[in-house]
Amino acid sequence: MTDLNVETAIAPAPRRKVARRGPIVRALGRFGANRYAMTGLAVFGLTLAAVVLMPFVWKDPNGIDLLAINKPPGAGHPLGTDGIGRDVLARLLAGGRVSLLVAGVSTLLSTALGFFIGALAPFGGRFADAAIMRVVDLAMTLPPVILLLVLASITGPGIVPTIAVISLLSWPLLSRMVRSRLLELRERDFIIFARGAGAGPWHLVMRHGLPNTIDILVVYATLQVANAILLEAGLSFLGLGVPPPAASWGNMLNAARSTVVLQSYPWQWMFAGGAIVLTVVCINLIGDGLRDAFDPRADLE
Amino acid sequence: MLHMTDMTEARPAPQTASGPSAEPTLRVRGLTTVFRIGRREMPAIENVDLEIAPGETLALVGESGSGKSITSLSVLRLLPGAISRIGGGEVSFRDREGRVRDLVSAGGEEMRRLRGNHIGTVFQEPMSCLNPVHRIGDQIAEPLILHLGLSRRAAFERVVELLAAMGIPDPARRARQYPHELSGGMSQRATIAMALACDPVLLIADEPTTALDVTTQAQILRLLQDLQKTHGMAMLFVTHNFGVVAEIAHRVAVMYAGHVVEQGRVADVFRHPRHPYTRGLMTCVPQPGDALALRRAGQALPTIQGSVPSITDRPPGCPFAPRCALAVDACRAAVPAMEDTGDGHLSRCIRWSEM
Amino acid sequence: MLRYTLKRLAAGAAMLIALSMLVFILLRLAPGDPVDAYIDPMVKMSAADMARLRAELGLDKPLPVQYLIWLRDVLHGDFGRSLQRTGEPVLALIGSRIGPTLLLMLSGFGIAIIFGLIAGVVSAVKRGSVRDGTLLAVAAVGVSSPAFLTALIGLYLFSVVLHWAPSGGMLTPAMPFSLHDLLSHLILPALILAFYQSALVTRYMRSSMLEVLTQDYIRTARAKGVRENRIVSHHAVRNALLPVVTLIGSTLGLAVGGAIFIESVFNWPGMGLLLVNAVELRDYPVIMGSTLVIGAWVIVMNIATDLVYAVIDPRVKVS
Repeated sequence: MTDLNVETAIAPAPRRKVARRGPIVRALGRFGANRYAMTGLAVFGLTLAAVVLMPFVWKDPNGIDLLAINKPPGAGHPLGTDGIGRDVLARLLAGGRVSLLVAGVSTLLSTALGFFIGALAPFGGRFADAAIMRVVDLAMTLPPVILLLVLASITGPGIVPTIAVISLLSWPLLSRMVRSRLLELRERDFIIFARGAGAGPWHLVMRHGLPNTIDILVVYATLQVANAILLEAGLSFLGLGVPPPAASWGNMLNAARSTVVLQSYPWQWMFAGGAIVLTVVCINLIGDGLRDAFDPRADLE
Repeated sequence: MLHMTDMTEARPAPQTASGPSAEPTLRVRGLTTVFRIGRREMPAIENVDLEIAPGETLALVGESGSGKSITSLSVLRLLPGAISRIGGGEVSFRDREGRVRDLVSAGGEEMRRLRGNHIGTVFQEPMSCLNPVHRIGDQIAEPLILHLGLSRRAAFERVVELLAAMGIPDPARRARQYPHELSGGMSQRATIAMALACDPVLLIADEPTTALDVTTQAQILRLLQDLQKTHGMAMLFVTHNFGVVAEIAHRVAVMYAGHVVEQGRVADVFRHPRHPYTRGLMTCVPQPGDALALRRAGQALPTIQGSVPSITDRPPGCPFAPRCALAVDACRAAVPAMEDTGDGHLSRCIRWSEM
Repeated sequence: MLRYTLKRLAAGAAMLIALSMLVFILLRLAPGDPVDAYIDPMVKMSAADMARLRAELGLDKPLPVQYLIWLRDVLHGDFGRSLQRTGEPVLALIGSRIGPTLLLMLSGFGIAIIFGLIAGVVSAVKRGSVRDGTLLAVAAVGVSSPAFLTALIGLYLFSVVLHWAPSGGMLTPAMPFSLHDLLSHLILPALILAFYQSALVTRYMRSSMLEVLTQDYIRTARAKGVRENRIVSHHAVRNALLPVVTLIGSTLGLAVGGAIFIESVFNWPGMGLLLVNAVELRDYPVIMGSTLVIGAWVIVMNIATDLVYAVIDPRVKVS
């Protein structure tokens, strides 16, 4: 029987002119149409603005009001005061600054680290590749918090050590994703061509690797901010991250490890907890929106 | 093409379909299925009329997107309710006991009792149609236990018989295997066994051979033909391959952009197509030697200009008009009615007589 | 099956050794002379005494040799001694903590898996319904709430405000052991651990089910006239479980992280609390020992996952 196929008899469809836009523009268009992601972006934007701008107009986070110790929320102190008479709202805003700073900087560092390690592994020869990937496997065996604790026990508390610890911990997942994307790419013609034309690994990584993994990087970085906020809060909650008197959302929660504070002064820790959840939910919404927007399957709809 | 039409003529017409008194197993009238796309509702198929007598095979042929699979899934009522609904028409089905039911108004439970029991279905891609985590035998036994109330043991014995009837060697062993242990052709035999387990009066085969290699295709077609003869069931055979149509069908309905544009006996339609689209396809479909000759001569294969309109931008009149050399203003005004060109050969073209 | 298991175990053991090397090196990178930990700052020691102590502890040897000595001791069951005053053997410390942790984690996971799988299936089958929306919203909160916060809120709500549960610990002190007492202490931390876990499992299961429900074999089952309930229970769930099992396995392994915070808030005498206290006091032998035990737990969970996967997916050839 011969294959008298109707499909092959039809001329390849000459498509009507569709506005030719780049994949990134189209992805951003889809992102903009995602209601959840846009809500997340709006709320996160407000939080960021409040945290960055408010400390200039509101009280000093370390200013002590001896007449108002452990005051519940009310006039003068909208979110109450803590055990030594500091304004909880001021500390919440200042703490947000520290938390977001730690999260932002560590995300930048771990994204860069993850990208370069993941990108150089496939270009760096078989041995380097295998060695790097074994380290990645190893780093992903332990729960992140455990490694975090081990590292923190070495560095001790402080803002800079906290940033370092979180950055050092977070790159393996990204580098694994970058590596597998680039391994796919390496087999494709234009990379082979570029290599034939004498391009060095640096050129290959920056000119071909970066644009082709930008979606992975953007999504990873977004979700990593949320992750880093949680890691910082966790460390500080255990008293191993940002040390007092500096405020951070995590070390504000640390106060609640005392039964008295937990029971009698809930405003001293609940707002910090609420701020963490709100911010993390927003960032996750943004990240999920970006992931869906960059999903190549979305074009097929 | 000729050798194939000869083959069609050589095939004896089903006895049951010969007399005018023969009640059709399936009669589709004015079937319209609507898809919800965003906020709008778009007809995916419109005014589809089909009729299949017991023992008869009707081939539904068309390009992808022509609505042939939508038609068969509408008859089965298997389209997801969230994105589609049947917009009108009726589907009369004569079940094994001879009762005529309207499948459009039938309830979910009534449909469920018909499917797999009175109506068997075979789909494309046999590998993905079998559940990877269950044994072949259990999957074939399921309708037997479900509809006929057989015990597990009795069902298993029946499964082995069925597999043997499908030409599967060592059926008892195969029944205990998982889908991934079977080849493509073997899997398709298994899904056919599954469709025929309860001895249905209607078999809907939706591109059952498309995913198979050519040798296996031929074997499966022969198997389906033999089974139809022994079971005397009506068969709706969906395909995009004219070679398959010539091989298996008594009558053919050609679909284009959601409409049946031509319908008739295979020999008539092949010899004297009465619709420009069908005629275009006939000249496009290459003969085995032709393609080579054309390539040697430096010519491209003949094709129809343009492409099938998508469901969202079908023209108001005859859907083929934009690509049709014979199109006149009347074609673009309204969808032409189905006209009988003689001897049950129907065409949806106002200029059929000029062809 | 046996050979497959042995192979996976061997790979796991290699992983564990690599892990111990990593942690050993990391801890030796820590600032400060490890010998300081062994001396009482009140007692003045001469340089010769220090050197003798260093030699005694093997700290004068090169790092790889130190590691091998440490490894040999570990293989003989000697994890060293805590640097605290009591100087308890690390192994004994861990031994007393491992039971409570297992009790907490396994009961939390049990609740999470049962609840999460059911919620995920319901959510996928009733996609777009109010029930689906509610479950999704709760799950979104669940995966975004850190364990230390849900633990604090749970403690505040159920212990402080409602007085439904004791405020921490595993047993009421100075009371004879009773199962009722243990369970009343267990239920709240276990539920809180389960909250996050079940949110994860719900999401995994929902998306896996949605994927499976679009498969051709589901349409085939409908074409066979199978009832919707049976399509879900018989045809969809088992296929949907395949990818979820792997994800559950890795999350369960990694969930030790969350358990640390819960133990810390509830004062649950488990491995997490041990590790946190050791980190606060820079008690390196204890950190080292408990990290290894936790790593072993993660690796065992991963192996268990692979074995379960091999059992439920007929396509995996294990022989």
